[in-house]
Amino acid sequence: MRTMDRSTERMPGLALRILPFGRYTRGPGSVVERSMRVHSRTWVIMVSGFAEPVVYLLAFQIGFGALVGQVAGPGGQLVDYVAFVAPALLAASAMNGAIFETTFPVFFKLRYAKVYDAMLATPLGPFDIALGEITWAVIRGGVYSVAFVLVMATMGLVGSPFAVLLVPAALLVSFAFASVGMALSTFLRSPSQFDYIRLVVMPLFLFSATFYPVSVYPDSVQWLVQVSPLYHGVELMRGLAAGVLDVSMIGHVGVLAALAAVGVVATSRRIGALLLG
Amino acid sequence: MARDGEDDEREPHLMVSGKALVKRFGGVAAVAGIDVEVRRGESFGFLGPNGAGKSSTMRMIACVSPRSDGELRVLSMDPETDGPRIRARIGVVPQLDNLDVELTVRQNLQVYGRYFGLSRARVRAKAVELMEFAELSDRADDQVEPLSGGMKRRLTIARSMVNDPELLLLDEPTTGLDPQARHLLWGRLYQLKQQGVTQIITTHDMHEAEQLCDRLVVMDGGQIVAEGSPSELIRRFSTREVLELRFPPGEQDGQLSRVADLAGRHEVLPDRLLLYADDGEATLEAVHARGVRPVSTLIRRSTLEDVFLRLTGRSLVD
Repeated sequence: MRTMDRSTERMPGLALRILPFGRYTRGPGSVVERSMRVHSRTWVIMVSGFAEPVVYLLAFQIGFGALVGQVAGPGGQLVDYVAFVAPALLAASAMNGAIFETTFPVFFKLRYAKVYDAMLATPLGPFDIALGEITWAVIRGGVYSVAFVLVMATMGLVGSPFAVLLVPAALLVSFAFASVGMALSTFLRSPSQFDYIRLVVMPLFLFSATFYPVSVYPDSVQWLVQVSPLYHGVELMRGLAAGVLDVSMIGHVGVLAALAAVGVVATSRRIGALLLG
Repeated sequence: MARDGEDDEREPHLMVSGKALVKRFGGVAAVAGIDVEVRRGESFGFLGPNGAGKSSTMRMIACVSPRSDGELRVLSMDPETDGPRIRARIGVVPQLDNLDVELTVRQNLQVYGRYFGLSRARVRAKAVELMEFAELSDRADDQVEPLSGGMKRRLTIARSMVNDPELLLLDEPTTGLDPQARHLLWGRLYQLKQQGVTQIITTHDMHEAEQLCDRLVVMDGGQIVAEGSPSELIRRFSTREVLELRFPPGEQDGQLSRVADLAGRHEVLPDRLLLYADDGEATLEAVHARGVRPVSTLIRRSTLEDVFLRLTGRSLVD
């Protein structure tokens, strides 16, 4: 029904090369395309995302690195503190980017600009919107993640070829947080309520074994850290960066994938409930 | 793909058909059981005051609001199961413009076309054509926000045409526009009608309904209280002419009893008295013959406004 004219698909433009799935499901693809149009003039600002990891990692290398020295990384081997913290920062930056992209912009489009109402008057449905918007957040986060991994590699902070898997891992973390972030955004009624989201994200950032190993905590509170979705991202990435793989990674991936799936479905249902009354 | 005529061979010319259609919000029925049929090629109006159930009906037809009860077919399909397929073939102009403020005029049309799955080449060409139609070619690469109300409305209508719809739903298309912008828009809608696009229009503007609609229903309190062409409705529910009498403030009530029996029906408005008569001139002479001297008088033809007054007991200009 919606694939009336396939002639242009033989000459895919930039968007299709970036988004191969655009061929399979047109709905979410056209939602992503909207975001690309909106941001087509702000790519320069997005490039500034390169600067952030560099600044962070330099700060940890020059500052903290001198102070802390070496710490025990995955598998017990000793690594520089900056190599210990870098994969965790990658996970945290994937989380922050995803949350940023799916909170205020989504709220604005949902409550004020009525962008989703306009979309729902077309063949698109709530699921197309949810998946399209979340995918955009993941793409945008992906650009930063690749930059981050390149910077890590340049600074000699990766210890294994498995580190290339940091990029898909970062996309998974983005996906999980973008899904949950967008689902939560549909419940917000005024901009001031974004403080609640910040109230959740900040402790996640600080306490998810980001800056020190989970063993620092007493046994009685370690489970609490393990509830944090970011913890699973951090552990996953730390293992990949060091090249120390084990079965627990399947669990980490499972938790993040489950969050992503639940978030997409919840977002889609909420958009339906709010706009298709 | 099911074309109408295959699904519903009995009524292939029906674009919309609703039977005992109900929409409830909580316990309140916004639409309380209406029967409605819209035929191919016609301009059909829902007329009524705010809260009459017009927009709720439109949302059900647009497949963005499930019906609570009754039957509904749009393009011979059921909105409940065929929503996306129906929406692919209709155009929607919502009551409040929801243009994409983060995009330019041209991008609004192109991106919207992509939501329908149209190819990039197709939407590029279509955007140029539609900007021409909406007289917005010189604003093609401007943002949407600085456009005037009339321009935004024209762009919204142009956007609704991007998929070459067979059926266009217009919810209060000219509310809030100045007369010039309104006439320009009416011209465009007439042009679309000439091209064979079926239109469903809601309005609480009588003049607009008379201008645009071949056939209309008057809604009040979630129900249809009358149905017909504007001239039919006027014939059936009003007289040929209306005599309007204005009196100095405070005197209207006293004068009413002296002239009320001169017409078959009368209406008392805050600022004037309406006498419904087939011959306004003769009635005015009779008024004068009784020694009643209004400040001003007016004899005019009956309009839909008079029909509405009769049917709902209140004026629409609110």
